[in-house]
Amino acid sequence: MSKILDRIPSLPVADSVESVMDWLTGNLSSLFSFIQSGGKNAMNLITDMLVAIPPVVFILVIALIAFIATKKKLGLAIFSIVGLLFIYNQGLWEQLMNTITLVIFSSIIAIIIGIPVGILMSKSAVAENVIKPILDFMQTMPGFVYLIPAVAFFGIGVVPGVFASVIFALPPTVRFTNLGIRQVPKELVEAADSYGSTGWQKLFKVELPLAKSTIMAGINQTVLLSLSMVVIASMIGAPGLGREVLSALQRAQVGNGFVAGLSLVIFAIIVDRLTQSFNKKK
Amino acid sequence: MTKIKVENVTKIFGKHINSALKLVEQKKNKTEILKQTGATIGVNDASFSVNEGEIFVIMGLSGSGKSTLVRLLNHLIEPTSGSIYIDGENISKMNKQQLRTIRREKMSMVFQNFGLFPQRTVLANTEYGLEVRGIPKEERTKKAEQALENAGLLPYKDQFPSQLSGGMQQRVGLARALANDPDILLMDEAFSALDPLIRKDMQDELLDLQQKVRKTIIFITHDLNEALRIGDRIALMKDGKIIQIGTGEEILTNPANDYVKTFLEDVDRSKVLTVENAMIRPISVNVEMDGPKVALKRMRDEEVSVLLAVDKRREFKGYITADDALEASKRGEKDVNGILKADMPVVPPDMLIQDVLGVISESPTPLAVVNENKLVGVLIRGVVIQSLASNTEEVTRDE
Repeated sequence: MSKILDRIPSLPVADSVESVMDWLTGNLSSLFSFIQSGGKNAMNLITDMLVAIPPVVFILVIALIAFIATKKKLGLAIFSIVGLLFIYNQGLWEQLMNTITLVIFSSIIAIIIGIPVGILMSKSAVAENVIKPILDFMQTMPGFVYLIPAVAFFGIGVVPGVFASVIFALPPTVRFTNLGIRQVPKELVEAADSYGSTGWQKLFKVELPLAKSTIMAGINQTVLLSLSMVVIASMIGAPGLGREVLSALQRAQVGNGFVAGLSLVIFAIIVDRLTQSFNKKK
Repeated sequence: MTKIKVENVTKIFGKHINSALKLVEQKKNKTEILKQTGATIGVNDASFSVNEGEIFVIMGLSGSGKSTLVRLLNHLIEPTSGSIYIDGENISKMNKQQLRTIRREKMSMVFQNFGLFPQRTVLANTEYGLEVRGIPKEERTKKAEQALENAGLLPYKDQFPSQLSGGMQQRVGLARALANDPDILLMDEAFSALDPLIRKDMQDELLDLQQKVRKTIIFITHDLNEALRIGDRIALMKDGKIIQIGTGEEILTNPANDYVKTFLEDVDRSKVLTVENAMIRPISVNVEMDGPKVALKRMRDEEVSVLLAVDKRREFKGYITADDALEASKRGEKDVNGILKADMPVVPPDMLIQDVLGVISESPTPLAVVNENKLVGVLIRGVVIQSLASNTEEVTRDE
């Protein structure tokens, strides 16, 4: 039996993917290098700006936002102050700023792409049937795999890191937007229709406001996923806390690895609680 | 004037719609079609027309297709076949833009669970229809506030729907519909989610409102008492088919088939039967011609102890009792004017039995039914009670 199976020639899947990639890098290289340089400049600018803010001011502002966002509870504010001071104390402040830039960029891009795709998905059964398996594919494919085309398109550095993060972090926003809109009670959709709303009016006046909290839950997931890509993205040269983790791994420095890892966890908790409390606000 | 006309409208859900449609044409029923094709019939060949200013009630149990039918009227659901005319225009042939205009300007809908947008205030909800029409903010706020004022809800305009009781929420729903000033109101089980007392208040309010604004109202309900109370005409639906259309009284007194009859058994009859339905032929004496002896003979013949007194034009004058007639006869009086009593309660024929019950239980005498001064019947306690308990055909109707 196995001989028969062996006689089937191996399908050239890997070769085909590679030739597609070659074609893309060959023909769109000017576009990619434009994005690469533009993106890099923009992100460096943001990082420089973040670094230029005195750490004390930065920490106090975050604590104040936390205080207001959690409806004047002290918990998250105190945690933010202590956690961020710890990161500063360990000499990881600039790396933290790099990480923040990466997370902000990849989240915003993922949201800008994700919400319209989610809306499209909620409106069309065809779109849903096409997009759903793509999302499954995107989420189950190991995050490392995205690094390969990212490098092929954009070389190494922060831009391919964002590219890989966006692909990895996009699905929750799309899924939750779709879900949120589909969960709007049928009677309210009928009410909107029966008063003669156009499709856009229905979307902006009824569906998106009602789906808002579900969409926000998706955005929260997207932000956290892009944060989780920070370490992986550092493998292709994206700066940030991930790079500290990676170098500790390469040199087998348990202590440094722990400190950098802990800093990431602290930052993740602050981001998660903040985005969640924005959602709860109303 | 006909406002809405529905012609042979059928709605089929599911697959194999064409083969199901053929079976509809062959007058097959819902169960047969489901068995043969797997398609569900929502509405089966419905035809009716609604006059301007009329409250037209569509009633049936759940699954009878009544909610589908009302959604066909504003094309929230598109019919599989048939035509729907609003003011003579076939809306089934309209494009999206035209249909939107009809929905914005001609018809507004009120929903069972109110359909209020939870993130909008009461005022913003009321403004919604005007807002999507593109009416400037100032004007639409003015109109919406007026509509809320009429509903007595202006003080609540900045609250959110979840802060109001069910009855108040539905008043907002109604105010939102009326703010648009539509010709037609579609009310889908609008009061069914409310508790009975509030529901009755809302029905009264709707009737009061209808006196003032004269809209064409399509009212969906599963509650026959509600249908009879507010409907000018009622269409009864079963399995997607309209099985009878008529006024409440026509349906009560002349049910089209056994199904309607079973339906009617639930009705609290006192709320729909009028005096006319329960009154019997009066046995009378003419005060201008008959004397006590004639009266006594008639009482013996008819086996009654009271005669109602009328004049030549049958105008009601009072009554005489057997005892008084005997006395008068002994005294040798020639006419009955001396023994005429006037303390008999008088009711009009179109009064509800419900409203007469109090009078009749307190009055020692039967009640005279008088229409424009003319005696038309008499209401006797026993017959009233019998008519409330009985089946429709057995209601005594003597004219």
